[in-house]
Amino acid sequence: MMNTEELKLLSYNLRKKSLEVAYGAGRNGAHLGGGLSTIEIFAVLFGSIMKYDSKNPLSEERDRLVISKGHCVLAYYSALNLFGFLSDEELALFENNGAFLHGHATRSLERGIEFSGGSLGMGLPFAVGVALALKRKGSPNKVYCLVGDGECDEGSIWEALMSASHFGLNNLVVIVDKNGLQYDGKTSDVMSADSLSAKFQSFGFEVSDVDGHSTKKLVNAFCSFSNTTQPKAVIANTVKGKGVSFMENVKEWHHSVLSEAQYTAALEEIKNEYAN
Amino acid sequence: MPISINSLKARTFSKLGQRGSIFGMAIFDIVEETPNLAVLTADLASLSGLDRFVAQHPDKFYNIGIAEQNMLGVAAGLCAEGYKPVLTTYATFLSLRSCEQVRHYMGYMNLNMVLVGSGAGFAMGFSGNTHYSIEDLAVMRAIPNIVVLSPSDSTLAVKAFEAAIKIDKPVYIRLTGGLNCPMLYKEDFPYEIGKAIKIRDGADIQIIATGIMVNRALQAAAMLEEKGISAEVIDMHTIKPLDTSAIALNKKLIVTIEEHNIIGGLGGAVAEHLTSKGAGVKLLRLGIQDQFLKSGDAEYLLEQCGLTSNLIAERILETLK
Repeated sequence: MMNTEELKLLSYNLRKKSLEVAYGAGRNGAHLGGGLSTIEIFAVLFGSIMKYDSKNPLSEERDRLVISKGHCVLAYYSALNLFGFLSDEELALFENNGAFLHGHATRSLERGIEFSGGSLGMGLPFAVGVALALKRKGSPNKVYCLVGDGECDEGSIWEALMSASHFGLNNLVVIVDKNGLQYDGKTSDVMSADSLSAKFQSFGFEVSDVDGHSTKKLVNAFCSFSNTTQPKAVIANTVKGKGVSFMENVKEWHHSVLSEAQYTAALEEIKNEYAN
Repeated sequence: MPISINSLKARTFSKLGQRGSIFGMAIFDIVEETPNLAVLTADLASLSGLDRFVAQHPDKFYNIGIAEQNMLGVAAGLCAEGYKPVLTTYATFLSLRSCEQVRHYMGYMNLNMVLVGSGAGFAMGFSGNTHYSIEDLAVMRAIPNIVVLSPSDSTLAVKAFEAAIKIDKPVYIRLTGGLNCPMLYKEDFPYEIGKAIKIRDGADIQIIATGIMVNRALQAAAMLEEKGISAEVIDMHTIKPLDTSAIALNKKLIVTIEEHNIIGGLGGAVAEHLTSKGAGVKLLRLGIQDQFLKSGDAEYLLEQCGLTSNLIAERILETLK
């Protein structure tokens, strides 16, 4: 388990890698905002919480990570790369013609990718099935499922939450990246779902509502859930585009193209903020 | 061990209809051979004839409630972890309400689940158009990776189900008809996905039918015989991959018959093949003529669409004039 300093450095490296990959995508652009909001979540999951072995990615002993919010690929691919699932060569081909790495991840267990994301509301029902299967196998492993707050507009999310609770899936941990922005603007303007915590609780979840950019609080949330039969949820309050001032809370950076000047400025900013 | 078929069993299957044969009987043989089976439904366990299975195998059954999209996702998760999911509810809710889920989990992710869509065509009678499934073949056929089966009687439904469990591909099985499904196959025979069955020889025309229309095609062929027209009848039990080798290009006329919209189903599939071959043979597509219907029981609705054996024979005679 990484300590706070190590997690901070990891968060820096994930941000740096994400920006590199986005810049490498060139005119295709990339999902920057929703990638940068999930950095600490990935840092904590890969650095401290999940059980996995990148040398043996198919191991039955692994925890499963299901990325329902498909457009956080920059942070996701960067984490898979830093933790040995994705090679530098594969990562460098992100969004290239004929390459494996789409703008939304495609299932490849060898690369640690459990689920094909992209269409919203698809990952959580799948995660419920995986959690049911692990229970049936008697596996002690957990299923982590990352969803977006905008994604929670989808009805299938609520169908899945209902069933997770019905089946007593305490091996399921849903993480909501609650950055408050979706494609058309603020979630509160487009389709307000607040309070997510109260809604998840009313669906039978044990909920921890925390600052999604505090690795310490995230670790604490994942580690302090009780032993009840309830499924678990971490509502991670985040900032879309976190770490790069001109991207923070700007909806246009949901998917955008990074110029050279912007790229240099962004790298400088995160270095000052996270690498000191 | 394959499920054995004999005349007594075929009679019992026939009485139970396609759905009852699968979920009331065959599933018990399947579960013996498939310990990783997972049966899912969306609040239709009793109606699907699953009560006895649920009582005997509660650990292998998941009722997801009235949430078909979630059911597809939950099954996909089970499948990804090594279980063999069989999902059943009305055909229309699998193919239309959960269409994108079918595409995502079974098509794109290529997870080998078995969907059993019951009450297809007009089987739901007075429930009305919301419950009729007249587009499912078109939808399922258009999704990459999915095998589409459409058995003609209860015995073939059991054969299709058994084959679907064994094949490592995502499969959709379309069930038509109700209880007392007319019997076509009384003894055991080799069944192969993708290999059509010629059940009647004939020199002049070829009738290609699917689902419970195969029986009507046979009756129509007998009527045509009396008028001096010799009709070959093909049971096209697999819609995808289509057995194009069974389609005759040397007849005066090809007729397709299906309890489905004439657009996108069996007729559409055969038409695609014929045009790609540049075949000059005329094609008569019988089925639901791109319409929703007024209230009625299944037999009434089929008659409205010209799908009784008499009307089929008449229509063929007119076309041949």
